[in-house]
Amino acid sequence: MILDSEHEQMPRKVLERLQLERLQHKLREVYDKIPFYHRAFDKQRFKPDDFHNLRDLEKLPFTSKLDFRDNYPYALMATPPEQIVRIHASSGTIGKPIITAYTKSDIDTWTQIMARALATAGVTKRDTIQNAHGYGLFTGGLGFHYGAEYLGATVIPTSAGNTKRQVLLLQDLGTTVLACTPSYALIISETASEMGVDLRNTRLRLGVFGAEPWSEEMRKDIEERLGIRAMNMYGLTEVTGPGVAIECPYQNGLHLAEDHFLAEIIDPETGKQLSYGEKGELVITTLTKEAHPVIRFRTRDITSLNPEPCPCGRTLIRVSRITGRTDDMLVVRGVNVFPSQIESVLLAVEGVEPHYLIVIDRKHAFSSDELEIWVEVTEDVFSDEMQRMVNLEKRLRSEMESVLGISARIKLVEPKTIARSEGKAKRVVDRSEL
Amino acid sequence: MVRMKQVSVFVENQPGRLSAILEVLEKRQISIRALSVSDTAEIGIVRMILTKPEEGLNELRKAGFTTRMDWVLIVEIPDVPGGLLHSVAKPMAEAGINLLYFYAYTEPTTHKTMVVLKTDDLEKAERILESRR
Repeated sequence: MILDSEHEQMPRKVLERLQLERLQHKLREVYDKIPFYHRAFDKQRFKPDDFHNLRDLEKLPFTSKLDFRDNYPYALMATPPEQIVRIHASSGTIGKPIITAYTKSDIDTWTQIMARALATAGVTKRDTIQNAHGYGLFTGGLGFHYGAEYLGATVIPTSAGNTKRQVLLLQDLGTTVLACTPSYALIISETASEMGVDLRNTRLRLGVFGAEPWSEEMRKDIEERLGIRAMNMYGLTEVTGPGVAIECPYQNGLHLAEDHFLAEIIDPETGKQLSYGEKGELVITTLTKEAHPVIRFRTRDITSLNPEPCPCGRTLIRVSRITGRTDDMLVVRGVNVFPSQIESVLLAVEGVEPHYLIVIDRKHAFSSDELEIWVEVTEDVFSDEMQRMVNLEKRLRSEMESVLGISARIKLVEPKTIARSEGKAKRVVDRSEL
Repeated sequence: MVRMKQVSVFVENQPGRLSAILEVLEKRQISIRALSVSDTAEIGIVRMILTKPEEGLNELRKAGFTTRMDWVLIVEIPDVPGGLLHSVAKPMAEAGINLLYFYAYTEPTTHKTMVVLKTDDLEKAERILESRR
């Protein structure tokens, strides 16, 4: 259902004029109110009045996660503190969390964006939506809650965890829509099986999933096991939270809320803008955020843009399924992990060549994502004495934990096990792919 | 007693790994005099006394295995109760030498019982065993 026909079906030329107007206003605002952007614009010798059309976007500097951390907690705010009604933070990263703030107007805008997104995915006011996203600092819980409530659906704020109770309430309260991460959906399904409950026999018909990347295979798996249609939603804390983009029933890309977010695709190495259809890094500029506007935020997510009209009737540009990140970063148990950190540990242990594979376990959404590192045993480290091999494994494990900040399992493997590849090796696999 | 070369191969504790090693050796008509496997839940070390150790190691290496060559001692022991105890175990213990691993085989031509062993001090072990002859 199209909740906001005016914006969701706006002709592209009209939409682009709207985006330009909003951005020009926003640029003046951030230049005047946020020292970080004032300095950044001055550095590029850019004045907000220099912005005449959307192509001028390339003149503007980027914003990254590092800028958030350097300006922690409130230095990126455009409004005085008394106007802030809510704070959200990203799930734990090493060092400081990413803080975002919202005025009353920001909350209202986000709520409408979410409601629109849910409606796009097929949710109606007649639905009972079980919100199994974590409530709290994480934007998923309250984001879905406010959006679903605004839409008029019945919201069950279960938050995440206590899975047996999730299954019980899902049955007893007649839940028709499930909102959570895709991996938690599978956990709910497993738990239901253990309880002797077949979710396909409940009133559950639809799921809106996001907050982590998931494949088409996983979608089919979820749809089969739960007996639902599984829709993909995209969002990120730095830009507002969930709701930034959503799949329509045609499931051929996620419609971006372009009246609020201006999207570009750039070459992650050069920073140059790429054309529609080309894969690159998604960059988002907020057009309507008051407390915490961001200019050209580098999401590090890899995707492409499709401006073609969609059979659903929406003109909003579509973002293709996120296929990876530019920086190889993983999030394991809430902690950022970079393959380069793992490599540094392996190189430091004398003789261990950095031929390794990172195996992650996405089955558990909220706690204990497993991290396993396969390390190739070369002649330099191979010993005929078992004690030495055991000690090698122990040493790698303790060094890894000390550097990464989380524990990882080390598995010593034969040379053949880790495939060699020309160019950039595939360093990370999901256990389900093995 | 004699020093001999032993070929070791690293394997994952998975079905088929031992077969893979043996197939390589069979192809080149290399015989195995003695074989021993040390294992944990995940990994294994296959130690072998081969009739042609250098060739065996090269073939295994070419086939993609992680290998190494080590010196071990091979001691003949009398085939009587207490044979191993008095020939090897007790002398090593009295000298404070730790046996890291060992395994036994029967020499096909002489039918004598042979023990392959590695200690934490090969030279000292050699001297002890020599002096007992």
